[in-house]
Amino acid sequence: MVMVGIVTIYPFWNILAISFNEAMDSVRGGIYLWPRVFTWENYKQIFMYNNLIVAFQNSVLRTVIGTVLGVFSSAMVAYVLSRKDFIARKQMSLIFVLTLYFSGGIIPVYMLMRDLHLMNSFWVYILPGLVSAWNIFIIRSFMDGLPISLQESAKLEGANDMTIFFKIILPLCKPVLATIALFIAVGQWNSWFDTFLYNSNSEHLSTLQYELMKILANTTAGSNNADLARSSNPGISAQVSPESIRASITIVATLPILIVYPFLQKYFVKGLTLGAVKA
Amino acid sequence: METRSQPHIAASIGRKKSKWNTIIEQRYLFLMSLPFVIWLFIFNYVPIWGWTMAFQKYKPGKSFSEQTWVGFDNFVQLFQEPHFYLVLRNTLAMSSMSLVVGYTVPIVFAILLNEIRLMAFKRTMQTISYLPHFVSWVVVAGIVTKMLSTDGGIVNEILVGLHIIDKPIQFMAQGHMFWGIVTLSDLWKEMGWNSIIYLAAIAGIDPEQYEAAKVDGAGRFRRMWHITLPGIRPTIMVMMVLSIGWLTSIGFEKQYLLGNAIVQDYAEVLDLYVLNYGIKLARFSFGTAVGIVNTIVAITLLLTSNWLFKRWTKESVI
Repeated sequence: MVMVGIVTIYPFWNILAISFNEAMDSVRGGIYLWPRVFTWENYKQIFMYNNLIVAFQNSVLRTVIGTVLGVFSSAMVAYVLSRKDFIARKQMSLIFVLTLYFSGGIIPVYMLMRDLHLMNSFWVYILPGLVSAWNIFIIRSFMDGLPISLQESAKLEGANDMTIFFKIILPLCKPVLATIALFIAVGQWNSWFDTFLYNSNSEHLSTLQYELMKILANTTAGSNNADLARSSNPGISAQVSPESIRASITIVATLPILIVYPFLQKYFVKGLTLGAVKA
Repeated sequence: METRSQPHIAASIGRKKSKWNTIIEQRYLFLMSLPFVIWLFIFNYVPIWGWTMAFQKYKPGKSFSEQTWVGFDNFVQLFQEPHFYLVLRNTLAMSSMSLVVGYTVPIVFAILLNEIRLMAFKRTMQTISYLPHFVSWVVVAGIVTKMLSTDGGIVNEILVGLHIIDKPIQFMAQGHMFWGIVTLSDLWKEMGWNSIIYLAAIAGIDPEQYEAAKVDGAGRFRRMWHITLPGIRPTIMVMMVLSIGWLTSIGFEKQYLLGNAIVQDYAEVLDLYVLNYGIKLARFSFGTAVGIVNTIVAITLLLTSNWLFKRWTKESVI
């Protein structure tokens, strides 16, 4: 068990150590647990690199917007589907369930994005995945567990469905909404493929993971070739090696999640169990 | 005649009226959900309509009715291409490897984790084991490359240090190792996460059973074998069916990010094939055909496994 723990945590720790080590010194290798020559320089360098700042902003923006809109709309659909008396409940559920098993595939989706003029636009990050059946069903099974009498008494006092949803259901669903928010946020923060596929021609729409992917692609094939990275990223000065840049970007790309997730752990464990049982 | 049909008509009018009444009564529910249903149609169902492209010789810039229909030509072409079988082999090899490993190890991990008595240690282990699930494949690929690299990669240093190998291996340039590397990185990333569901199932087992077994003199391993495992059997079965259903949808992220030109023959999977042919070379119709084959294989696997599961346990997952 301890071994598993070490194997899991060491790679992160090692990257962290490299990211704080002086770049030219890192090239000599042999950094394991602690930086040999401590420096903030690598981080200063990447934050001087204009593209990365833009990418960072885009990542934050898409995560915030995507999460807020995604959670809100999933919850709204989930509420409607959780209402046993809703007249179109069965049909609507079916429409959502089917999407779990069928998808058009990369090319038809790509063509659709092109036809909708979503290529080279920020909204391609938000719109296509806004309502996901999986999230909806997780929220719905949580709502099924809420006492129905609350809604009935609200109705007797003259509240309409919209009011019930906002005033009663939403506040009660906080735990499951936190779970879904985490899922969506992680998905948004980590995704690079949509940038690669749809927005690779627009530098101002780049994301952090995509920038990291480019650096990675430049350095995997051979050994660490400093010249290669320098020529492809002219913004980065000669005192850094691709390895230390990669390490520090990796940390920047990972840190937000590492900070948030231990706090949400008890929620998502519950949420995941709920979803899996229902699915 | 007249009088006899009268009540029938009245009843049907009454029903219609009440249906309309319900719809009007539930107008807010419709208001809240219809926009998203339309949304779903646009982003999930319109692409399925795009499958028609596979039966055409699609030319960009022409309207739907102007396209030439070619029937199954694209599929025939696909099945005649030797490269397709290479890609199919890679897809099935990697997905079955990750199916076996990625399915069994989390069960074992959950059972072992459950045996830890020290709560604080158990919590810490759980938190650590979920961690890699939350980082992107880009980060994981970077980490894996770093750990396996020939200069300063920890794996090579340990292997050389223990005299298992004489000089560092260029792991990332060995085609025959690529499948293993992908499988193990996937395991590293998802093991803890996939164990959550089993841990929850184990927590649902009645503690009295353990007490009784203890009284009967069952040791730790006997208890694991005779109580824990049967206790989570339903969960294990459901997860198996689901994983078989996902067999061909292993995606392309890890293969794309971990692969390189040298190991191409082992790294290319169906989705990458679609990407390379369909989008980069703009062979949209051909790429769509590959995508359809992929979906059909996946659904066949899902239905077959569900059917088997039904026969064994009289329950259905879908």
